[in-house]
Formats: sequence, structure tokens, C-alpha cells
Amino acid sequence: MSEPLLKVRDLNQHFHVSRNFTVKAVNGVSFDIYPGETYGLVGESGSGKTTIGRSIIRLYNPTSGSIVFQGREIAGKLDRPTEKMLREDMQMIFQDPMSSLNPRKKVGDIIGEGLDIHHRFASTKERDDAIAEMLDKVGLSQSHAERYPHQFSGGQRQRVGIARALIMNPKLIIADECISALDVSIQAQVVNLMKDIQDSTGCAYLFIAHDLSMVKYISDRIGVLHLGYMVETGTTEEIFANPVHPYTKSLLSAVPLPNPEVEKRRKSIAYDKNQEGVDYAAGVEHQLEGTHKVLATDEELARWTA
Amino acid sequence: MEMNENTILKFDNLDISFRTNAGVVHAIRGVNIELRRGETVAIVGESGSGKSVTVKAAVGLLDGNATVNSGKILYRYKNDDGSEKIVDLLAMSKRELRTTINGSRIAMVFQDPMTSLDPTMTIGKQIMEGILLHKRGDKDFAYRRALELLELVGITDAEKRMKNYPHQLSGGMRQRVVIAIALACDPDILICDEPTTALDVTIQARILELIKDVQDRLGLSVIYITHDLGVVAKVADYVNVMYAGKIIEVGKVNEVFYEPKHPYTWGLLAAMPDLETDDDRLASIPGSPPNLLHEPQGDAFAARNAFALKIDEKVEPPLFKVSDTHYAATWLLHPDAPKVEMPKELQARIERARKEAERYQ
Repeated sequence: MSEPLLKVRDLNQHFHVSRNFTVKAVNGVSFDIYPGETYGLVGESGSGKTTIGRSIIRLYNPTSGSIVFQGREIAGKLDRPTEKMLREDMQMIFQDPMSSLNPRKKVGDIIGEGLDIHHRFASTKERDDAIAEMLDKVGLSQSHAERYPHQFSGGQRQRVGIARALIMNPKLIIADECISALDVSIQAQVVNLMKDIQDSTGCAYLFIAHDLSMVKYISDRIGVLHLGYMVETGTTEEIFANPVHPYTKSLLSAVPLPNPEVEKRRKSIAYDKNQEGVDYAAGVEHQLEGTHKVLATDEELARWTA
Repeated sequence: MEMNENTILKFDNLDISFRTNAGVVHAIRGVNIELRRGETVAIVGESGSGKSVTVKAAVGLLDGNATVNSGKILYRYKNDDGSEKIVDLLAMSKRELRTTINGSRIAMVFQDPMTSLDPTMTIGKQIMEGILLHKRGDKDFAYRRALELLELVGITDAEKRMKNYPHQLSGGMRQRVVIAIALACDPDILICDEPTTALDVTIQARILELIKDVQDRLGLSVIYITHDLGVVAKVADYVNVMYAGKIIEVGKVNEVFYEPKHPYTWGLLAAMPDLETDDDRLASIPGSPPNLLHEPQGDAFAARNAFALKIDEKVEPPLFKVSDTHYAATWLLHPDAPKVEMPKELQARIERARKEAERYQ
């Protein structure tokens, strides 16, 4: 396998709320993303999946751990060239397309902002051409550049968000719940667009979502998070064919399927960490077959695989 | 007023428009829905299809700029003296609705439990409020009833929780409290407007199972509004698929999921990957829903429909009968229409779903 594009090792992200209270949002999470692949992060709200995305792109300062992006350490203090590389080669698509677009800016200027900041054009014409090309690519028309975000529908706004991320030609795009706010039929359009873009540009995605069926569909590999711990990771087939961790099992059993006969009879599996007596902090990563890893103590693993 | 013996709520040719600065938006264009005692009806559609507006009309929660152009919402209930009565909810004043219907006979669960609870009141007080308001008993009674309800919706340590404020509870807990409030006055009908959209999948499954359990125990009739077909499959007996202010396909849940007839329903089902989907691309419905500021000419779905016929652009299709319970509004069902089959991917998926279902029988 080639060198990973992004290497996250033992990432911790803690927030000091007050003198006696610290939220430990992310605890010792490690994973790799290879060039051109899609890595899915799933978990319930509060599991730290968004925090991980935001720590990687340095919207937060990681408490400890290492993040290596294209061979450079980006977890600590950033020097100028590293920061420039990070800001150009890693981009983010946010969840809510309305609140992540500046309502007072024209869509063309929103998309072109990255170009402006990094002086990526020689003339105004070059800039406008780049914006027009990007609009085409995401399925909007060039005349849309003169409009404001409120004049678009939700799906179109998310396309603007994608265009803004793409215009810098990034190597890694962090897509944070980028389809959750959209209708089912529009979700499929946006997911198809993201796949097309990956095929043509070869960028990698960190796809953060709570909708498992969508994550399964789009991801090559998956990491399951719970309460800030990466409880299970592996290729999509490994996780879905043979989930080991009880939380993963409970998550899989909760996905509602469009199949009434099955749904009516199926009961979701409840999972309570305390009831099961699982101690995440005591667990270590166990390698199962291939890239399949589970966080567990020896005793827990024996119980789950029995 | 004629109504089937078992029908408890009936939307009859409901037609609603909204006055806006941009013009008149014709949001609901002739909706018929029947809810029978003890059954669950789901209304599915994209945002803007008018599913929320439809049920809001029944509880008098329409915005001030709404006009009901025509239609009735008939509701059958038992008076306190045991005699049966049928009323048209649209003919009642808001005040009448509030004192006799809302909360006590038809209760509603809203989408976001944080905004539907009062942050300045303890949850105990909020549950008791409705009981006292509808004069179901004195304060002692209300307190005992609130405890009962909290236990019913699966909140442990009920006595302690009574004194909690909404912000002290998790999202799933809050939605349980909202359901407890809705159940406080023993309603006949529970309307759930996207009850789990704001919640996680694991919590969602729990809440849906809870509502079902409560429904079985109390004999409630439930209307679900949702855009998630997975949720529909789990809870509904009957499904109404709504598009641009109209019901375009209605049937028993098995009929709509295993033998869908309308191209829009095909699109919705195909756009949702199941856990076995490994096609390269997801089937998506092109374009976006029509703007109802402009009255659609012909079939509102024609522009996004790969199977549209010439007539779709001129004349709106009526509901064609597929079976006694299954109807769909598409010209493809007309005897003279060309034979059109649903897309192959969807066919394969439904085949898989049926096989899977057999295993469970």
C-alpha cells in the first residue's frame, strides 16, 4: 500500500469547560487515510466525529497526539509554509449549507475566496473562468455566480459549498454531515456528484455522517466512534460482514431499512456501555484479520468473538 | 356527514393556499387521507411537499397567511356522555379547538424536542400543565399521572426527573418527555411530525419502538410525518406519498414498498441505498421540487420524470386504482398507456427485500 495521505496517531482533544471540568471529546484515536479513498466516520452525536474533523483541519488545537498530512506534522504549532500547504490542500464541506455561506456575498465571490486569498490567478478573467468552470462541474449554471445564497435551494447551496472546497484542488476534503440536511432525492444527487469529483480529481474524503447506509455506500473504510473512542475500524466489508464490537452491532441494528416486512419484526439491539461493563480506557487495539481493528481488553474480545 | 364506521379522522379534499409577498402559494391541492381506529398512517414527502401543513390544519396551527379554499377535516369522537359525534375541525374556531380538541383528543409530537419544551419550566410541571388545563383532575392527580407517564415512556427515576429542566436531559430523553406530554390527556390521535429527525439512529429506533408500544397499549391512532422511508417501513400500516401538495400514491405499506407504481415513489426508494447496494451510482431524481407559486400545468412531477408521457404536460393524472387499498396518480396506469416497468436496479432491490423478508417469516 502506498504512503498514507493523512496519518492520525493517538489524537486527544480535550476542552476545558471550567477549572474542575474537562470534556474529553476525543481520546487516543488513530487512523490513516490513503490518497483517493473515502474514509467514513460514524457514531452518534457526542461521539466526537465532528471534533476529529475539526481538529484535523486545525479549527481546534489538538491537546496531544500527532497528525501527519502529506508527510508534515500539523498537530502542533504551524510554521508559514506548513500552514499554507494545509490551507490549500485540505478543505471542508459543512453540514448546514445555509449557515456556512456568507449571505451578503455573491456565490461567485464565495467560491472564488480561496483563489483571492492565495493569489492563485494572474488576471480577473482567469479567476472568473475558474469560478465558471467550477460552477459547471458541480452542476450549476454560470449565471448563478451573480446570485446570493438565499436565492438557491438546499441542494444547490450544498453544491456551492462543494464548489468552494474544490476550487483549491485539495488532496483531502472533510465532509462533515454534508448531506444530512438534504432531502432523500437530493442526497443521492450530491453523493453522485462527490463520487464523480473523486473519480476525476483523485481527492480523498473524510466522510463524517451518522447515516450508516449512506456511509456504507460511499466509504472504502470505516471507523466507528463512541464517546470519543474509536471502537472499531476496518474496510467497509469487514465492518458490515463481521461487526465485533457490541456498539457497532447496536448501530447496525438501528438502521431503518425500506423493507416493511423485515422492519416490523426486527428489534434494535440496545447497547449500554456500563451495563455491559465495557471500559474503553482499559481497552487496547486488537488487530483481527486484515485491517479490521477493535478496541477491547483481552477478556472483552474473547467474550465478543465467542 | 358520511364517514366509514372505523374511520376516526378524514381529510376530505383539503385545499390550502398561502398569501406571500411573492404571490399566492398553492401548497395543498386536494388531499384525501383516512385514518382508522388503532392504525398508523404515514405521510412521506420531501420538504415543501405540504405534509406538515396538512396536519397542522387539523389542529388549527396554520399560519396567519393561510387560506383554506375548500375541504373538510372530519373527526369522530365519543362525548363524555358516551354519544358519538362527528365534527369538521376546519369549521371550528381556534378557541374551540384549543379547549376541546387540541391536547385532549388530538395531540402532537414535534420535530425538535429542544424547541418544543419550555426551558424555564421543570419537566414535571410541563407534563402536569396539560392535565390541569383540561381539568382532568386536581394537582395531586396530575402529579401522580405525570409520574406514571414518565415511567410509561421509559424514563427511570421518574420522581427525580420531575424536578429536572429540559437542558439537563439528553435529546432522546427530551423527546420521551414530549411524548409523555402528548399522552397526558389520553388522546385518541397522536400526530408525530418528524419525531426522530433530530435524533441519532440508535435513539431513533428506541423512540419509534416506544411510540409503537404505547400505541398498542393505549389503542391510539397515529399519523407519522416523515421523509425517511426506513422509518415508514418500521411503523406504518398505510403510506401516503405526497408531492407538490398532492397525494400521488397511497396504499398499504407492503403494497407501496414491494409494488410501487408511481415513478416518484420509484425514485424515492431507489435514491436510498440499502445495506446491500453496491451500484456505482445512486439513482437520483433529477432537478428539484416545483415552486408552487406557479400553478403546475399537468402533472407536477412531469419535469423530473424520466417516464413522463405527452399527456403529463397537459392534464393532471387522477388516482388510478391498483387494488382496493392501493391507488397511484400516474398516467402510466391508464389502460392505453405504454407498458413501463420500474427501473431494473429497483426491481433487483425489491427482489432482495422480499427474499430477506421471507427469512423473517
